[in-house]
Amino acid sequence: MAKVPVQFTLNGSEKAEFVDSGTTLLHALRDKIGDTSPKGGCHQGTCGACSVIIDGELRLSCLTLAETCDGAVISTTSGLSDSGVLHPLQRAFLDTFATQCGFCTPGMIMAAKVLLDHTPNPSRDEVVEALSGNICRCTGYEPIIQAVLTAARSNSQNAA
Amino acid sequence: MALALQTFATVNDANAALKAAGTRYLGGGTLVVRAANEGDVSVSGLIRSTEPSLSTIAVAGGKVRIGASVTMAAIARHPDLGALAKAARAVGGPAIRNMATVGGNLFAPAPYGDFAVALLALDATVSTDDGETPIETFLASRDGSRAIVTSVGFTLPPQGGFRFLKVSRVKPKGISVLSIAAVLKQSPDGTVASARIALGCMADRPVRAGAAERALLGRTLTADGIAPALAAASDGTSPITDPIASAWYRNEVLPVHLGRLLLA
Repeated sequence: MAKVPVQFTLNGSEKAEFVDSGTTLLHALRDKIGDTSPKGGCHQGTCGACSVIIDGELRLSCLTLAETCDGAVISTTSGLSDSGVLHPLQRAFLDTFATQCGFCTPGMIMAAKVLLDHTPNPSRDEVVEALSGNICRCTGYEPIIQAVLTAARSNSQNAA
Repeated sequence: MALALQTFATVNDANAALKAAGTRYLGGGTLVVRAANEGDVSVSGLIRSTEPSLSTIAVAGGKVRIGASVTMAAIARHPDLGALAKAARAVGGPAIRNMATVGGNLFAPAPYGDFAVALLALDATVSTDDGETPIETFLASRDGSRAIVTSVGFTLPPQGGFRFLKVSRVKPKGISVLSIAAVLKQSPDGTVASARIALGCMADRPVRAGAAERALLGRTLTADGIAPALAAASDGTSPITDPIASAWYRNEVLPVHLGRLLLA
């Protein structure tokens, strides 16, 4: 099958790849480009572990075809830290023990980042709603909710 | 997975390509890519169209036309579609709502397709290049549908005239036990002048609660007034049984939730 050229911006860097037509973005990111931060959980759109941000919107990379992302701006959790300094969300996830096995964490952090990008000081209900498409089987969710609220407070303190 | 995706600028060209065996239309990907990931080998090629009209929402004079590629998230945040926001937000989590389209929802098998339940209550029309079809007819024959859905159209109900309820076990996001949408018109004396009630999960696709609709006519929206409608709510239904709930359970709880919706 003929390969299809795909170009997009991933975490601020231009990427160009040839993929098989019909390749999912998750497969392209992990196995072609080498960004393994989005996880392949259910491949059904149920677990949210593959969540990435495409042109400012949270999407599921397991259900998105790579060639439909030509020209897009894509963010994944691997692009969040800045010169080795963790993003406030990453720091908060560590500080509040919001990660156990860690498989859901990159998707949770992407879902939380979209929320905080649009709603810097969310209510608890808004956090719960924002994370409602992401499944965690370890933490019981409470530490994750606290992590997002902690990161929001941290952001607002830094901005003050 | 290796699926050839073909993208066309016009719906007309995409319709022509869809005539090939094994092809399916790609909307947001939440149904067809999911099927392919699950190993559905009947899908060998994907077709999509980027025609701009597929992605537009037009509201004028109380009439609404929503392009088939419009997402649930776009409906939920549209300032003129506040009445429908609850139904649009009932679909999936935030990522799914950024992907799932109106056109796709018409084909979503139970327990999915909550927005199509709302469209059925609203007596929407479904447009393809072949013309317009009443949604009830479209849903009944959707398995054999090959023409790309281009838009859905309906008349906005008056303020408070549209009611929607989704029942799920997991909050805030969960798969439907059932969903109910209703468009009610009341006479000045408070009695029901017309009722259109649609049910999700009470068959393999959204269906109307015809017996309950008829039993509501001329009645008031009180516990006594709606009692005959609740007694008839399950007439003609054939609910699905799945890991969320059994058919028996769905039939048992339908009158309870319909009552809550009507008395709200």
